[in-house]
Amino acid sequence: MSWLLPLTVALPFTGAALGVALDHWLPEWVKQFPALVFSVATTVCAVLALAHSGSAPVHWFGGWQPKHGIAIGIAFVGEPLGAGMAALAGVLATAALLFSWHYMEEAPRLYRVLMLVFLGGMCGFALSGDLFNMFVFFEVMGVAAYALAGYHIEQLGPLQGALNFAITNSIGAYMILFGTALVYGETGALNLAQIGKTLAGHPPDALLVVAFTLILVGFLVKAAVVPFHLWLADAHAVAPAPVCVLYSGAMVELGLLGIARVYWTAFEAPFAMHAPDVRNVLLVVGIATALLGAVMAFLQRHLKRLLAYSTISHAGVMLAGVALLDHASLAGVANLVLSHGLLKGALFLAAGVLLREFHSIDELRLHGRGRELPLLGVLFGLAAFGLVGFPYVGTFLGHALIDDGGIELGHSWLPPLLMVASAVSAAAILRAGARIFLGWGPKHDPLLAPEPEEKPPEGRGSGPLMVVTVAALVTAGLVASVVPGLQDGTEHAAAHFMDRQAYVSHVLEGKPVDVLPDVPAVVHRATDASIAYGLGAAALTVLVTLFGLSGRRIPNVFEPPINVLKAAHSGIVGDYVMWLTVGTAVLGGVWILTLTRG
Amino acid sequence: MSYLPYIVAAWLFVVGLYGIVTSRNLIHLAVCLTVTQSSTYVLLLAIGYKHRATAPIFYGVPVGSRAVDPVVQALTLTDVVVSVTVVALILALTVDIHRDAKTVDPDEIEAFRG
Repeated sequence: MSWLLPLTVALPFTGAALGVALDHWLPEWVKQFPALVFSVATTVCAVLALAHSGSAPVHWFGGWQPKHGIAIGIAFVGEPLGAGMAALAGVLATAALLFSWHYMEEAPRLYRVLMLVFLGGMCGFALSGDLFNMFVFFEVMGVAAYALAGYHIEQLGPLQGALNFAITNSIGAYMILFGTALVYGETGALNLAQIGKTLAGHPPDALLVVAFTLILVGFLVKAAVVPFHLWLADAHAVAPAPVCVLYSGAMVELGLLGIARVYWTAFEAPFAMHAPDVRNVLLVVGIATALLGAVMAFLQRHLKRLLAYSTISHAGVMLAGVALLDHASLAGVANLVLSHGLLKGALFLAAGVLLREFHSIDELRLHGRGRELPLLGVLFGLAAFGLVGFPYVGTFLGHALIDDGGIELGHSWLPPLLMVASAVSAAAILRAGARIFLGWGPKHDPLLAPEPEEKPPEGRGSGPLMVVTVAALVTAGLVASVVPGLQDGTEHAAAHFMDRQAYVSHVLEGKPVDVLPDVPAVVHRATDASIAYGLGAAALTVLVTLFGLSGRRIPNVFEPPINVLKAAHSGIVGDYVMWLTVGTAVLGGVWILTLTRG
Repeated sequence: MSYLPYIVAAWLFVVGLYGIVTSRNLIHLAVCLTVTQSSTYVLLLAIGYKHRATAPIFYGVPVGSRAVDPVVQALTLTDVVVSVTVVALILALTVDIHRDAKTVDPDEIEAFRG
C-alpha cells in the first residue's frame, strides 16, 4: 500500500493546479467544489495510510530501492504518528474549507489554492523519511502559510503579521538546512535511517552538537516555543479564522513532529549517554513556553490573539511531553495533538462566526452581544472546557499520559506546573466566552492590552454550515479521550516511533516491523494522580475565570513583569530575530558544554 | 582541506542575522535574509568539494575520473528555487506596506503590539 503515501501529497497539489486552471471555465456555483473534493480525497488517502501504517510502508520514489543496505533514493515512510498527523491536517483543512464556503469574498480562488498547497506541504512533511525533503516541505508549507497570513493585503496588520511570520520562519528553515548540510558532511547521507545507522557509533563531538542545535531550533521556531514563539500571535491575529485552524491545529504540531523524528532516528544514538541533558533543557523550555503562553493568553482581549497564545501554551505542554523521551509520554503528546487540534480548530471557527456576525473580535467590544447566538456560545464553552483536561473529557488523555510519564521519571513537580498552564489558558478562553456570550464581568478591563480594530473583510458565508462545522469539531474533540483502544494504539505507535534499530533495518533492509498488536478496545486506564490533576485543573480554571471576570486589579507586584512581557512582544521583526539568535546561542552553548562531555 | 569556506559560511550566516536585526529598511532586510541563506550555498558546495576534481558531468570523460559531489549541487539548486519564493513574497509584502504605511522601516510599522 506504499503508493498511498505519494498520493496523499500529490492530490492536494494536483487540486491546487486544477483549481487555477479550471477557474475560468467553471460556473460560479461549482467553483467551491474542486478544492473541497481534493481536500476530502487527501484526507481519505491519509486515513487509509494511517490504517495501513502498522507495517510502516516505505515508498522509494522512482523505484530507487536501497542497495546493500545503503539508501540511494528518496523515501516516504508511513509510520502511524506521521500518517496520523497527515490525517489530522486533512480533517482540519476540510473543516476549514467547508467553513469558508462563500466566506472569502476577495479572490476566493487563490485562497482555496493556497489552502491546498498548505495541506500538501504539511502532508509531505509528515510522511518524509529524508532530512532534506523535510526542509523542502517545511518551506513549501511555510510559503503557503505566509501568503495566507497576509491574505487581506489591503490592511497593514496582515502585512506586518505575514512579514514577521515569513522572516522568522525562513531563518528557522535556513538553520535546518545549515544543520542538514553539516550532517550530510559528517555522514554522507540524507535519508534519516541511513543517518541514524551511520551516526550510531559516532562520538558526540562539537560539530554534531551544532548540527543538532540548528536543526532543533529550526523546528522549535515552527513549534512556537519560547523564545522563538513571537511570530505566532501576530500571524494568528491577522490571518483569516479558517487559516488559523490549520496553523494551530497542525502546523505548530508538525514542528514538534520534526523534532521527535530527527531526534529518534538520527541523534538518539550519539547522544544516548547524555539523554538527561537533552531532556532537562527541552523540559525547561517546554514548561517556560506553557506558562508564558498561558499568562499572555490571559492578558489578551483580541479573541484570535488570545487563542494563539493558548496554542503557544499547549505547544509548551506538548514539548514537555516529547522531552520526557519515553513512549507513554510521546503517546500522550500524540493524543494531545489530536484533541487540541480539533477543539482549538472549533474555537477559531467560532471566532470566525463572531467576526462575520458582529464585525469585531474584541472581547470587551462584544460584551454580551453573543447572547444572540446561544448555540455558538454553548459550543464555544464546551470547546474551552475540553481544553482544561477534566477527567475523560477532551485533552484529558494527553495530559494524563504526560503527567504519568513525568511522575514515573521522578519529575513529580512537572504535573502541577502543566496543570497551572492548562488551567490559566483555558480560563482565559472561558473568560472571553463568558463576557461575549453571557455578558458577565465589567465592560472595561485595564489589564487587557488595547488592540487596533480589525476590519471585517470576510464575506457573509453560510451560517448553518459554519455552526455545523464547529459542532462537528467540538464533538470529535470532546470524545477524543474516551475512544476505545486509542491509548494502547498510540502507545504502541510511539514505542515503534522511538525504536531506531527497527526503523533502520526496516527502511534500509526491508525487514518487516513487528506489526502493531490488535489492541483490546479499552478506554483509558487513568491513574488516581492524573484524575486528581484533571480535577485540580478544572477547579483552578473556575477560580481564574472568576478572577478575570471580577474586574479586580492584579496585585501591584505583578505589574512590572507583566509590562516587561508585553513590551517583549513588540511586533518588530528585528526584535524577534534578536531573540531567535540569542536563544539559539544559549541553547547551543548549554549543549556544547553538556553533550560533549566524555 | 581548507577551513576557509566553513569560516565564510558561518560568517555569512551571522552577518546576515546581524543585518536583519539592525535593519531599518525592509528591502535591505530582504537582502540580508538572502545573505543568511547564501551561507548555506557556500557550506553545501564546500562539503561536496574535492581537490583536483571536475564538475559532475560524466559524458566524454574516462570512467573513474574524480568529480565533485553532485548531491550538494542539487541541494543548492533546490534551495535557490525554494528560497526565491520566500524573498519574492517578502518583497511583495514590502511593496504593499509602502503603499499603506508610506514607510519601509520595520520599526515604524505599528499595526499591533503586545
